[in-house]
Amino acid sequence: MPTATVDGIEVEFELGATVLQVCELAGKEIPRFCYHERLSVAGNCRMCLVQIEGGPPKPAASCAMPCAPDMKIHTDTPMVKKAREGVLEFLLINHPLDCPICDQGGECDLQDQAMAYGVDHTRFEENKRAVDDKNMGPLIKTIMTRCIHCTRCVRFSTEIAGVTDMGLAGRGENAEITTYLEKALDSELSGNVIDLCPVGALTSRPYAFTARPWELRKTESIDVMDAVGSNIRIDARGREVMRVLPRLHEDINEEWISDKTRYIWDGLKRQRLDKPYVKKDGKLQPVSWDEAFDAIAARLKGVDGKKIAAIAGDLADTEAMYALKGLMANLGSANLDCRQNGSSLGGERSSYLFNTTIAGIEEADAILLIGTNPRTEAPLINARIRKRWLEGGLKVANIGPVADLTYDVAQLGAGPETLSTVASGASDFAKVLKGAERPMLIIGQGALARADGAAILAEAAKVAETTGMVKDGWNGFNVLHTAAATVAGLDLGFVPGQVGKGTRDILTGAMGGEIEVVYLLGADEIDTGALDKAFVIYQGSHGDAGAHAADVILPGAAYTEKNALWVSTEGRVQAGRRAVFAPGDAKEDWAILRALSAQLGKTLPYDSLGELRTKLFADHPHMAELDTVQTGASLDLSKVGKAGEMDGSAFRLAISDFYLTNPIARASAIMAECSALFDGRRQEEAAG
Amino acid sequence: MAVRRLSPNQPKEPFEFSEENLAWAKEQLKKFPEGREQSAVIPFLWRAQNQNGGHVTQPIINYLADMLNMAEIRVYEVATFYTMFNLAPVGEHLVQVCTTTPCWLRGSDEIVKVCKSKIAEKQQTLSEDGKFSWMEVECLGACANAPMIQIGDDYFEDLDEKSMEEILDRLAKGEEVKPGSQTGRTSSEPVGELTSLTDPEVIQGGAK
Repeated sequence: MPTATVDGIEVEFELGATVLQVCELAGKEIPRFCYHERLSVAGNCRMCLVQIEGGPPKPAASCAMPCAPDMKIHTDTPMVKKAREGVLEFLLINHPLDCPICDQGGECDLQDQAMAYGVDHTRFEENKRAVDDKNMGPLIKTIMTRCIHCTRCVRFSTEIAGVTDMGLAGRGENAEITTYLEKALDSELSGNVIDLCPVGALTSRPYAFTARPWELRKTESIDVMDAVGSNIRIDARGREVMRVLPRLHEDINEEWISDKTRYIWDGLKRQRLDKPYVKKDGKLQPVSWDEAFDAIAARLKGVDGKKIAAIAGDLADTEAMYALKGLMANLGSANLDCRQNGSSLGGERSSYLFNTTIAGIEEADAILLIGTNPRTEAPLINARIRKRWLEGGLKVANIGPVADLTYDVAQLGAGPETLSTVASGASDFAKVLKGAERPMLIIGQGALARADGAAILAEAAKVAETTGMVKDGWNGFNVLHTAAATVAGLDLGFVPGQVGKGTRDILTGAMGGEIEVVYLLGADEIDTGALDKAFVIYQGSHGDAGAHAADVILPGAAYTEKNALWVSTEGRVQAGRRAVFAPGDAKEDWAILRALSAQLGKTLPYDSLGELRTKLFADHPHMAELDTVQTGASLDLSKVGKAGEMDGSAFRLAISDFYLTNPIARASAIMAECSALFDGRRQEEAAG
Repeated sequence: MAVRRLSPNQPKEPFEFSEENLAWAKEQLKKFPEGREQSAVIPFLWRAQNQNGGHVTQPIINYLADMLNMAEIRVYEVATFYTMFNLAPVGEHLVQVCTTTPCWLRGSDEIVKVCKSKIAEKQQTLSEDGKFSWMEVECLGACANAPMIQIGDDYFEDLDEKSMEEILDRLAKGEEVKPGSQTGRTSSEPVGELTSLTDPEVIQGGAK
């Protein structure tokens, strides 16, 4: 490998590396504003100037200059120091000195670098320029006078989010970052421009003027808005979550998160269940925990286990499901389901996982999407597909509703019939898949959550089999989940056994009277109208559909308020951590179930989360392996799903409104505003 | 130069190239490989601006973005970057007055004064009859004949207050005006008699 010297330190580097990267290899910090590892190189801020021996007698922008073998680079000469001071002086000419009222204050690149590399005075006596603020929607607040034109936001929205709405209008002194006609960024990843902005030009609108970075307590946790398992950092002050930021995880979310993940936090404060309730005289009345448990015990007395059922919702944590499963077993019931949408996934682990893994998408060369819109169901998986697509040589085809996924997609058809043509090899895309070295398919809940879901899953497995998607070192069969809880539930076997009833049967059973008691563990996406006759116990964090149908409400903790394990669609087990305490009388979910079990005389065999986890790990050893994905597992495609008659109707998407998919989101005013704005715009587009 | 934005009053009806321009556009597009059509954005904007009576509108941007397979914001960026593109309506006679140093030294202030009195006090606003508008521009590259202006596609050079007024008056009446030097010299020859290359033999000798 070629070598170069940085300040006398010799380092080896790979050809194609830039001078800036080589300096970093040597452990030298190069200040920068416009350069970002995941974006194209713009080279317009000039902050990364270094001196190169033997080159032209002027500083060179290290981010844009490829490093040559035997180059002698200097980052600490008087020339470099002077150049940096000069660049900062220019940048600060038009930058307002409003740090005390700027939301970026304390975590601002310009502030930090001005302290480290700048001079302490200004020679500029003319008026500073002022720039009109731009409207960028309900999520992004703009103070454009602060903008230093690094164009990171423009490059992010164009390259990674795939929406070419932002640009740099005008020139020179009058250059301005703007969106075309000042419309809001129509992207589910738009919030990331706030993190990218090195100054306070783009800040979070809902977070504006609420907190300073140094007063926040930072907790590293896991997101549950979708099944991706994005790594997040929850910033809290006192008992309040103030904001959510992404955390770097190369194999999952890189350093991005979706807008729902980022802006959900105001939903954590509204519509909360903070007291137990019991329905008395047709009305829910606040009671003590003991009264609530007594009411349940009284109702359950003498009820046959077969008449009791449990459904786990999208945001149920692993420990709570494990405890509920234990309780149901103690009560003698096999009627339990973690698949609110009525899909029939289950069985062998790799038959319901995203086996390729998110990082693995980057090696794929042909992708078939079945009944899924990854842009709304898993924005970061969609961003990964787009990243792969930008590299070239990736063919994507879709069976299901047409959607703008930010990359070219061949639309094959709308429903099971098209899937069959691909499975039989008659479709042109079947040949593409066959010819591909690493083909993959992604089947979404839109195709699985139907009565014929098992048959469709079997047909998809047939596609995988005939096109050779599962082979040595490559597994291209992927199920995309939309709920953070489902994979954990399936891993735990939170599904009806041979004799038990699934979600569909529980609901019809409750209508017919065969099911008398239904335990909803945060299940809100079911048809609660079917539960009128049954005695409904709702345990959850928000007063949503499930709580409205409940006879007893047990207030639980939301995902920011408990230590819990989450299993992503990849099958990756990750630990979420408690950032704040649950409001009022609400308790962690496993603890509620443990207390209830004692009241019912069916005590669960653990007294602490640690003991529960010991049992959980003994029963399901893979749960103990945090942050790993199972690779190379065999998958017998012929056993996936259940071949059968497929209904001819077209696939419908699992998510109709990205911003309102769960109880927390439905309680959030920010999400409601986004939903109204983008839905309204879509309808306008459809009409006009 | 001020902040350049699209005029707040935008036509509702969509823009389309005239038949002649469309034929030209199709011919031009053949020069570009597939996927690189956006390289043609500047000449296309220029044609569209001329067809539209001298300024670029939002429908033009939308139309060209669609035709050239690029995002609207990218066309907008180009239109706001280049001062050749006017973003608000201009007069039938757009008077561009050079005020860069050579013209300024030779009296462009006088020319600007005439524009202010005869056309409109503020630049880039239409005159009362709607036929004229004027704007200051940077050097147009005819410094030897300073001060000078450009009206439409023609240069008018060696101006003073009187000749400037006359040009505007004639245009207002719809009469012919003569482009080029207004003092009668040919292109940028010396104002008086020749001071160099006066010996015809030298010239002929040079032609050998």
